[in-house]
Amino acid sequence: MPWIFRGLRDGVLTTRYPRRPDPYADDGVESLARPLPGAEWEPGLDGLCPTGAITGDADSMVRLDQGGCVGCGACVLARPDTFAWQHGSRQSRVDRAGLIVPEVPGTDEELARLRAELGQRTKALRRSVHIRHVDAGSDGSEEWEILALLNPVYDVHRLGIFFTASPRHADILLVTGAGTHGMAAPLARTLEGTPRPLVVIAAGTDAVSGGLVAPSYATSNGIGSLVPVDVWVPGSPPSPFALLHAILLATGRLR
Amino acid sequence: MTDLTGRRFAALIGDGDTTSGITLHTIWGTPLGLEVVAMPLAPGTTHYPSLTPDIPSAFWYERALHDLYGVIPDGHPRLDPLVLPHIDNGTPLPRRVMGTGLFTIPHGPVRSGVFESVEYVVETPGEDIPHVNVRPFAKHRGLEVRFGAMTVHSGVMLAERVEGIASVAHALAFSHAVERLTGAEPPPRAQLARVLHAELERIANHLDVAVKLADAAGLAVAVARFGYHKERVLRLVSALCGNRFGRGVVVPGGIRSQPRLAPGVLQPRLDELRHDIQADAGALMGTASFLDRLRATGPLDPDEAALYGLLGPVGRACGLDLDTRWRHPYDAYPLLKHDSGPQRDAGDAMARLQVRWDELDQSFDLLRQVIELLPDTEDTLRAPVEPVAGIAVAAVEAPQGEVLYLIRADAEGHLSRCAPRSASFHNLAVFSHTFAGDILTDFPFIEASFGVSIAGVVM
Repeated sequence: MPWIFRGLRDGVLTTRYPRRPDPYADDGVESLARPLPGAEWEPGLDGLCPTGAITGDADSMVRLDQGGCVGCGACVLARPDTFAWQHGSRQSRVDRAGLIVPEVPGTDEELARLRAELGQRTKALRRSVHIRHVDAGSDGSEEWEILALLNPVYDVHRLGIFFTASPRHADILLVTGAGTHGMAAPLARTLEGTPRPLVVIAAGTDAVSGGLVAPSYATSNGIGSLVPVDVWVPGSPPSPFALLHAILLATGRLR
Repeated sequence: MTDLTGRRFAALIGDGDTTSGITLHTIWGTPLGLEVVAMPLAPGTTHYPSLTPDIPSAFWYERALHDLYGVIPDGHPRLDPLVLPHIDNGTPLPRRVMGTGLFTIPHGPVRSGVFESVEYVVETPGEDIPHVNVRPFAKHRGLEVRFGAMTVHSGVMLAERVEGIASVAHALAFSHAVERLTGAEPPPRAQLARVLHAELERIANHLDVAVKLADAAGLAVAVARFGYHKERVLRLVSALCGNRFGRGVVVPGGIRSQPRLAPGVLQPRLDELRHDIQADAGALMGTASFLDRLRATGPLDPDEAALYGLLGPVGRACGLDLDTRWRHPYDAYPLLKHDSGPQRDAGDAMARLQVRWDELDQSFDLLRQVIELLPDTEDTLRAPVEPVAGIAVAAVEAPQGEVLYLIRADAEGHLSRCAPRSASFHNLAVFSHTFAGDILTDFPFIEASFGVSIAGVVM
């Protein structure tokens, strides 16, 4: 009985995101870097990044693959004239190449096709979706951020998003970690045990590219070669808002 | 395990390769600090006499060494793989307990809920748990080899990802090892800021255990309350440094940036948090249906705890106080006053939770002192770190217990060896000893009360 009143103690704590903007979603965490608009390539910039995510090319622009960004901030600290923190939680993409900023020209058609295909597949999942999480070699922090989605601040149940214990009830596989060899078979069996339609989300920089763990003899340097990934979420770890954005993107609930 | 001279077996770490000869470093905890004893094997040798018959806590260390270095401890009781995958050749799961009606439940590696991957092979006649075999290999990421491509400066980022929920503690242990090697002395401001982040991390971790225990008991409101408090702590950490796990703060030689909140803003937020946590913890510890599930659940015998040298809250719940913060104070801890607090020695899941509440209280006391001292220090954040060739070992107290790093670097600062040892690894080895008289429904309580991270176990 005392717990009932305790639960009412602080009133409504829950964010209104995505219907209303949330300041913490926009500005709470520094998790990814980006090149400033118009930043020009110069030799040596690639050496700033511990995962080699910074590249330059013939058009002399600096590009940063956020799928490899671990949010260490080394580039932002060393070259504030060229790099800055990316604000906001709209960080996930439906194509792996889309994580490269600024975007590589000529990918629009492919992106539109991917979006349309995903939208078609997830039509039935828009109001209620069940998620099965699989840890394929995370550092443990991703699990904390996923669990945070269930606390009263994010409370994803209000959006019809639920976590399920069995892959047989799941619509989404939310996979974390760099894809260890020890998890390759259990992950494949989980994928096989999940009904279709199915969406696979690669949650976190480790899942996208292996992050700092790659290259490693014990992992596949990301889960992309183990399962067909539909949504890529960078971040080491991705914040709860970034994860929520990915789930909403996967189910076609964002414009 | 402590011997006659008061030494405690802390770790066994391999180094080198078979062709040029493998060196086994035994690390002992002594009243004066950590002592490394090198045991070089002749080139080409792979056999050595097992330590496990005399030192039971070496059981897992020798299995891990066998996996990663191919060395064979002669006389080891059970040299099963631990960190490398078992070869799945379709044979039935191994049975340790024989009898009619016994069966084996493979619990994991994909668990029923949002958990880290680990496989518990539970042998049971239906309700009792006569035997549990922990198989954590699914998450092995090969980090020790990965460290070999890093330097004394960049290695700290990988250290933060060894055990993500104890990022600050791992960064600290790594940095202390580098500082011990190079003689760098972090400035006072950095020493205080390090304690600030380490204690906030402890609070978040202990709240996480409270969430998991309340969840196991089905107390929905308690789960929501402690989950809310934990979120507040993570948001406070992100307001201080930009990252919810305190990553990027600790670097060898000091810290990277100033705490972004003024003491006048930070202290009231902590006071409010402490008040709310204490109120909810009080309610939880007055909920009979919850306490019934913890009392006498997952008991560990004090003698056994001493024999294994159990670390952190698991050891302290058995009356074994191996808190690195006070035994061998580092950073700003020597400046801070602390009570020893009530002694807990029941050794069950209840005592482990009580230890965590005591520690949480103590952390808030320490934070208050740190915040008072912060403004009176100079703005310097970092001492220069000049690479020196050599080997060094250092330990700090993570929320899970003592985290230990052994590093070997060359004169350019390249790491030729970096071996982390988390408290999770040391403690999880006795997890299977705690099921005397407990049944399957007690499992989640016992697991949560250990508070380990599998990422830090197999790396």
